[in-house]
Amino acid sequence: MLETARMYRHEAKSPKDLVQALLAKIKQDTLNAYITVDEAGSMEAACQATKSIEQGHDEIMLGIPIAVKDNICTRGIPTSCGSKILSNFIPMYDAHVIERLKSLGAVIIGKTNLDEFAMGSTTTTSHVGPTLNPWDHSRTPGGSSGGSAAAVAAGLCAGALGSDTGGSIRQPASFCGITGLKPTYGSVSRYGLVAFASSLDQIGPIACSARDVSVLFDAIKGYDPKDSTSVAHEYTPSVLDGIDIKGLRIGVPRSFFSQGLSEQVERELRSGISTLEELGATIVDMDIPHIKYGVASYYIIANAEASSNLARYDGVRYGARKMDTQSLSDMYLETRAKGFGNEVKRRIMLGTYALSAGYYDQYYKKASKVRTLLINDFKSAFGICDLIAGPTTPVTAFGLYDMVDDPLSIYLLDIYTIPANLTGLPAISIPCGFDDDNLPVGMQLIAPAFREDLLLRTSMTFQDNTNFHKVKP
Amino acid sequence: MKINKAEVEYIANLARISLDDSEVKRLKKELSSILNYMDLLNEVDTTDVEPTVHTRTITNALRPDELRESQNKQDALVNAPTRQNDFFVVPKVIE
Repeated sequence: MLETARMYRHEAKSPKDLVQALLAKIKQDTLNAYITVDEAGSMEAACQATKSIEQGHDEIMLGIPIAVKDNICTRGIPTSCGSKILSNFIPMYDAHVIERLKSLGAVIIGKTNLDEFAMGSTTTTSHVGPTLNPWDHSRTPGGSSGGSAAAVAAGLCAGALGSDTGGSIRQPASFCGITGLKPTYGSVSRYGLVAFASSLDQIGPIACSARDVSVLFDAIKGYDPKDSTSVAHEYTPSVLDGIDIKGLRIGVPRSFFSQGLSEQVERELRSGISTLEELGATIVDMDIPHIKYGVASYYIIANAEASSNLARYDGVRYGARKMDTQSLSDMYLETRAKGFGNEVKRRIMLGTYALSAGYYDQYYKKASKVRTLLINDFKSAFGICDLIAGPTTPVTAFGLYDMVDDPLSIYLLDIYTIPANLTGLPAISIPCGFDDDNLPVGMQLIAPAFREDLLLRTSMTFQDNTNFHKVKP
Repeated sequence: MKINKAEVEYIANLARISLDDSEVKRLKKELSSILNYMDLLNEVDTTDVEPTVHTRTITNALRPDELRESQNKQDALVNAPTRQNDFFVVPKVIE
């Protein structure tokens, strides 16, 4: 993005030329990264940006082509959430983040593929079929923001927005060899983000470098009165410089190297942590004892919230309805049976069960208490370290349909990303190496609430001293 | 935690999702295995631990009571599966 902004001003390249070339490139795309491309809208915005730049406007986002996950509402442009039930849905308003990007002159080039309603980590459950990993087309790009991550990695946009409920920005960023940030809960407005699990959902930026992620984060962060969970915080100003990490205390939790972590991922991660140590960081041996309960706690809470949020898809006011049913009740039953895919049904069922009479205390309440213990773990941890480092995912990108019949095994792969959502903390995934099949490995850094500046600047310093983020598929 | 066929059907009705026999069978197996895993939480002593339902301790997000423009009626009806005049149409509710 910064490179694009520089080109616009110092080379004879205009947003109009660039967006035109990009639209042509997207037409040739075989990854299925986009669900909808807004050719007319993006050309119009590009022409507008071209004029503004000629007039000397210096806003960085001017004319920068951004891809947006298809669960973020865009006025007049279909927003399907990768679901049959919303395949014809056209929002009548822009999400807050879209309003912000448009007001800065960015070009919203199109809407990217995702797991249905952002529920998944493979981008295979979308109603338009899977997105492929640009590094190896037989593998998953990760998910649920797989379309956004693949589009960034394949150069089909300059940066992208995703959403992260249990790792849906960081895991695909890791699988696609790029940088993705899950901001502090409440720092980016959720207004216009189609709700999955409201206490965990957060919109965030995905790009090729920590600097670009920082620029995009600046464009979208901040208080919005239309989101009642938005935090009126004094946000740190934009950061574009690395940090002297001499003396920075980086905690490496023992349980982040638990069973299930692949040897090759561990090897690359240890080498990434050594790089931080060579740059002057102090590595602190510590632990987050309740990590092993994160997945169970998360899948109860997230699905409970989802079952409640997805109750709105009843076929009355919008979405695909099953026509010619005999009663209102049949209309609900048939509309939802036909409109939702298997994974979404499974999660609604689990969530409904966890909230149902007789099971509420045993599941939902218990999970919410374990969530408190996890939050306490991180509070203590940040007493002895400034940042926490570990893997983003236990494995690298796997075959597209490798685990299609085994939902629990896929859930278990979220073990390292889930804690940041349950605790509301900011976390980033940055490339730190490659496995023996030349697939990218991601390193995750987690910071105290509202310390995105620390995450981003540490990542910038890491990237100033490594080349992993520069390698293209 | 094992879950039986009747429970799957009961939950499906609460969730207003009609399931065919093969789906009931599959979900019975899948939900049982997932719920089984979730029983892991029973290992954790949560005596005297307060539940967290939200990481930001928000009580009320208040705003001034001002007149503001809202979505217009035609826009709100654009996505309606069936409409008549300014109304959403649904199957008959009351006999």
